[in-house]
Amino acid sequence: MGFSEADVAAILLTLRLATTVTILLLFFGAPLAWWLARTSSRFKGPIGALIALPLVLPPTVLGFYLLIALGPNGPIGQLTQSLGLGTLAFSYSGLVIGSIFYSLPFVVQPLQNAFEAVGDRPLEVAATLGAGPVDRFFSIALPMAKPGFFTAAVLGFAHTVGEFGVVLMIGGNIPGETRVVSVQIYDHVEALAYDQANQLALLMIIFSFLVLLSVYGMQKKSHRQVLRFSP
Amino acid sequence: MPVSTVAAEATVAVASNFTAPANQLVEEFEAQSDHDVRLVFGSSGRFFAQISNGAPFDLFFSADQEKPQELIESGLAIDDSLFTYALGVLVLWSRYEQLIQTSPAVLSSNQFNRLAIANARHAPYGVAAEEVLSNLNLLADLQSKLVRGENIAQTFQFVFTGNAELGFVAKSQVYQDNNLISGSAWQVTEDLHSPIRQDAVLLQRASTNDAALEFLSFVRSNRGRSIIESYGYVVGD
Repeated sequence: MGFSEADVAAILLTLRLATTVTILLLFFGAPLAWWLARTSSRFKGPIGALIALPLVLPPTVLGFYLLIALGPNGPIGQLTQSLGLGTLAFSYSGLVIGSIFYSLPFVVQPLQNAFEAVGDRPLEVAATLGAGPVDRFFSIALPMAKPGFFTAAVLGFAHTVGEFGVVLMIGGNIPGETRVVSVQIYDHVEALAYDQANQLALLMIIFSFLVLLSVYGMQKKSHRQVLRFSP
Repeated sequence: MPVSTVAAEATVAVASNFTAPANQLVEEFEAQSDHDVRLVFGSSGRFFAQISNGAPFDLFFSADQEKPQELIESGLAIDDSLFTYALGVLVLWSRYEQLIQTSPAVLSSNQFNRLAIANARHAPYGVAAEEVLSNLNLLADLQSKLVRGENIAQTFQFVFTGNAELGFVAKSQVYQDNNLISGSAWQVTEDLHSPIRQDAVLLQRASTNDAALEFLSFVRSNRGRSIIESYGYVVGD
């Protein structure tokens, strides 16, 4: 037993991808979740639904349309070409973009739940004490929603690690660039190399179990349910 | 009623590259027979794993020779039913009309960024594509331009969507009645790679399944062979 060089490269790439995607998603997801939690706009429903779509759509469907969108005639492809970046399919950057779409609900929804749980009262109190909207967000909402950020980060990371269909469609299986662990496992199975597949799959099971355990442990501590999926 | 006219049913696992001819084979077979044939399409590797674990298939049309052979060795398939139903034909294809001048010359040019091939670890068309590149002394030079599809269908997708300018695909995907459907192509000469033999085998559970047995003989009949050839495959003896 022992991981091959290709397996190790796939593991490292997967960790790098999941880290990048999680950081970007927390950065962009927090304002989005905050807006969804506070707004009474009529766009709240449609936008919430749009964000939740990857929960429902088959990943290969999402991946196929991303492949077209990233291609030389697709909207994203046209944009990246006009910026002099070429097309992004089969590249690490392409995977980051695909993963952001795919993991978005796993980050936005826990954050939204956490912001909603803060409630109006603390923010109103802060407002009467003279805190402006920006101050209220950073000194009241953010600290109170901390468990939500933990859940969002862990789920976003774990979900990106477990991603398969999208990567398969837009990745092109390039070692060190787009060949992540889930694709490597699939390749092992297809090549009837079940021993190597088992090893990697076991690693993934242990990892995923520990991740979920930490999320549920966190929930127990904070006495608040942050792992639930609703718009 | 005599036993031989009782309608039976067979479930056939078919490698996805053979989807179109398999559909037509079944359509014509069912028109002249009381039996029913259900087709299931997918990757040969997945079918192998499923059959090894008791999947209820009666026939297996693999994309290679290795998997039917292994099923015979593990006692799940019937040895003397094994035959090559089709030989795949490899084509270098681009969606762009002027790119390929019916020769491999473009491969040593700077006119493309990505060359799509099927994954040689498990896809027979990928093995053949790597052999071609290696025989043209281009495999090392083009390594950084290669993107790999999980199977020949995905490889086609990469080229069809323009994300790869060039790709080695199956002739059956881009030719219809021996005419190129669109883009530009070079049909790889046979001396550049070993034959892409696709084998079929009768599975043990279907040894007395009339639907499976009769469908097999239809595939091997003259009409069956000409259907397969019309989709861009070669049928051996």
